[in-house]
Formats: sequence, structure tokens, C-alpha cells
Amino acid sequence: MKKPVLERPVLLDVQGITRLYGPAKGCEAIDFQLHAGEVLGIVGESGSGKSTLLRVLAGLEAPDAGQVLYRRQADDAGGEDAELDLYAIGEARRRALLRLEWGLVHQNPRDGLRMGVSAGANIGERLMAQGQRHYGQLRASGQAWMRQVELDPGRIDDAPRTFSGGMQQRLQIARTLVTRPRLVFMDEPTGGLDVSVQARLLDMLRTLVRQLGLSVVLVTHDLAVARLLAHRLLVMRRGQVVETGLTDQILDDPQHEYTQLLVSSVLTP
Amino acid sequence: MLSETGASPKRARPRLTVAGLHKRFLLHGQGGVEIDVMRDLSLTLQAGECLVLAGRSGIGKSTLLKMLYGDYRIDQGRIRLHFDDGDLDLETLPTYAWHGLRRDVIGYVSQFLRVVPRVAAVDVVMEPLLARGADEADSRQRAETLLARLNLPERLWQLPPGTFSGGEQQRVNIARGFIGEHPLLLLDEPTASLDAANRDVVIALIGEAKARGTAMLGIFHDEDVRERVADRLLPLDGSLGGLSNASQPCRESLS
Repeated sequence: MKKPVLERPVLLDVQGITRLYGPAKGCEAIDFQLHAGEVLGIVGESGSGKSTLLRVLAGLEAPDAGQVLYRRQADDAGGEDAELDLYAIGEARRRALLRLEWGLVHQNPRDGLRMGVSAGANIGERLMAQGQRHYGQLRASGQAWMRQVELDPGRIDDAPRTFSGGMQQRLQIARTLVTRPRLVFMDEPTGGLDVSVQARLLDMLRTLVRQLGLSVVLVTHDLAVARLLAHRLLVMRRGQVVETGLTDQILDDPQHEYTQLLVSSVLTP
Repeated sequence: MLSETGASPKRARPRLTVAGLHKRFLLHGQGGVEIDVMRDLSLTLQAGECLVLAGRSGIGKSTLLKMLYGDYRIDQGRIRLHFDDGDLDLETLPTYAWHGLRRDVIGYVSQFLRVVPRVAAVDVVMEPLLARGADEADSRQRAETLLARLNLPERLWQLPPGTFSGGEQQRVNIARGFIGEHPLLLLDEPTASLDAANRDVVIALIGEAKARGTAMLGIFHDEDVRERVADRLLPLDGSLGGLSNASQPCRESLS
């Protein structure tokens, strides 16, 4: 039997990221690498700095110090190998990168959707930003993606405001993934939803991650969500990473005092 | 060095070597108490053999399996996998590499099924194949064949196992563990909540895995099952257990 190929290229190289609003508010000196095909969870309580870190990583907020390096690999979609320094490439290129190669799923679907236009237009908009103009194809993609996220394609002309919270979140995911992003950021994607709706969304996200081979940075305070979705975890407290490891190791064999407290505080029904 | 007194007569090539493994838990919340659960454990495992861990409950048998699967960190000692083209040391394996290792090399039948809400039993079973990019229809077929062999009623296949009985959940778990045909398989009491007929099925599955060359490390409390599947026994009593003061390294011995 041959040795398995375990090497994965680094997609995102995060070096010394600091973004502080005050002492221990924000994130400080964060280093990590995300490998292609990995789902990395960032866990911690509210105020730990995980959402600030995600905003910096996703290109929404410049850090006080440090670099976010995106190592783009040439693939079927074209392009060439390149290393892009997210906050050195300039506003226009950064926005293009976010639109064309990355995706962001907000906790509140209202932040990621345009509530006034139809579901189909929400999905088609990102494709149009990539240069697709054919109405029939855009509509077909919209319907296919609605099916993929278990929404009734018959509602393609309805505005998202007529959808339930869970449906809006699934629509936001369809809108984000329709362009086949190489890297997806998710901020508490199941956060505001009822438990029964959450379960359905989690199962769907697991399937999509597998089918599309997504690389994901996922922020969540919910350790059960982290267990189901993430391969690897960073535990944050007061703006700093206190422990990293395989998800099972963090949850079953936590080393740091704070991680032990966090894991042992979870109620198991 | 490792004792070879129990070397399997079948094949001389080890698939797994464990040397000088220790495990200590430090519990910050309990005033920093330290619990030693394993001291200086060594073993070798050949392709096509089933080594059964023996010893009283709480002695660290599951701990060893969890360290081999990456659930527990490896603090001290060496776990080495052997391949035709070289070795792989798990204690220095980067975290990102474990995911692929679990997908392709190390399988694990845990004591209890981790239930994912809303996912049907047959989907739970076929997931390890889909993770490798296998064809969905083929994977479903294989999953159904295994569930049928394990006598899980067909009406349950499309239901999430959350409401199943302990024995039914365990059979889903066994099917999920065996479907991937991993070259190294860890078995944590797979027969604990099964009736005699289903125990026989699991014993047959273990026999077939041996014939494929699967190396297996298992925990079986049922003595009858143990005798039927074990090629060797590894008694853990000397060097494991929080209260043990033994400093002797554990030696493998023939059952």
C-alpha cells in the first residue's frame, strides 16, 4: 500500500493580523494557514474577537498590522498562480476578488441579500458581476440553485422579504455559492435560526462543502455546529488564539484552561 | 525496543508501530489535577491481523484508540504507520493532514453513533465513500447491502438514526465503519449491544477485513467474540491506569 497524499496547498496565509478597537477588543497577532479543501472553525464567546478577525480576513476591514495573503492556484477556471496581499492590492482589485473568487455568508441574511429584488435576481446578480448576460441561462442557474438549497424554484420571482428566516439564509447561501467561489467565509450561518431549521441548514452546508470541495473559514460560538462542519478549530479569547487543533482534539482533549472551561460548559440534552 | 514475541505468523510486515506512548490529562478546572492514563505503551500490528486490547474497564483501552484516531493528542511517544514507500509519523503529522488520513487510511467504529439530525441512516453509512468522491448510486448500493447484512429493517434505512434503539444505531455505526475498507480499522466494542445473530455478522465482517489485509485493533468485552476474532491479545494492565505505579513497559503476549 502506498503512502496517502496528504499535502494540500495553502490557500490563505494569515500573518500577524491585529485589529484593535481598545485593549483586548478586537483581535491581536493572529497567525494561521488555511489549506485548500479545509473547513476551519473559529470559536469563542461573544466579544472574543472572532467576528472582527473574519471581517479582516474577508476583506471588509483593514488590519492595524499584519498581512492576509491569498495564494491563488491556476485551475480549470483559468488564471495563473499568484500571491495576493489582500490589503496591498488596492480597493478595486480587492473588490473584484471578493466578487469573483470569494464568498461571504452573513449571520443575518438581510446583510447578504438585496431584499427588494426577486430571489432569482439575487442569485443572478453575482453571475452577472462575472460577466454572464444571457437571461435564460441566468434564470436556469437561479432555479437550479434554489433546488440545490431546497427552495421551491416556483418562487424565483418572489422577493426575499416574503421568505422565512431559514429560507432567506438558504437563498443567501445560493447567492454566495452560485459563482463557485474558491474560498467562503461564514459568520454564524445558523445563528439566528430555530433549532429545527438549523439542523436542515447544517446538513445542507455539509453536503455542499463536500460536493463543491469548498475551502471555508467559519465563525461560530456553537461548538456543536463546529463539530459537524469544521475539520480544524481556532479557539479565541479576548482577541487572541489560545488553542488550535483538530476539531475532535479541541472538543475531546482540550489543553488550555479556557478551552476546557468552554467545552465543559456545553449542555448536552 | 518492541517485543516481537507475539508476531503474527501470517505476514511479517507491520502496518503500525506504537512505541513508548504516554497519555496524561491535566484538568485545570479541578485544581490542576493530573491523571496518567497511559505509560510507555508499545505494540506492533501486522496487515491482516486483529489485535485485541484486554484489561479492566477504565484502564485506557479507548484512550489508545482515540490517540490513534487523532481524537486525543499524542503528548509523548511515537505512532508510526508503515507503507510500501515509507513511514508516516502521526505525532508530527500537521493538523490539516488528519482529515485525509481518516478518509483514506484509518477507520474507526466508535462505541456510540454520533447522530446528525435529519440525515438518513443509509446516508450516514455511505458518507465515507462520498467523501472520497465515489459514485453516489454505487455508494448507496453498498450501504444498503451492508445494512441488509446487519439485519437493519429496510423501513429504517431512510430515517435518521436519532430515534433508533441502541443496537440499531450500533449497526448503522458498524456499517459506516466497515464500508470504507480502510487499511487500519479501530473497533471500540462494536458488538456491545448486539444480539447473537448480529454478533456473528460482525465477526464475519472482521474475518473478511482480515482477508483483505486490514490491520485491526479492537476492544471486545464479550469473551466469545474476543476468542473468535483475536489473533493476539494485548493485556494493558501493567502500564495503564491512573493508579498504576508500574514502570514496566507493556509487552505483547500470545493469548
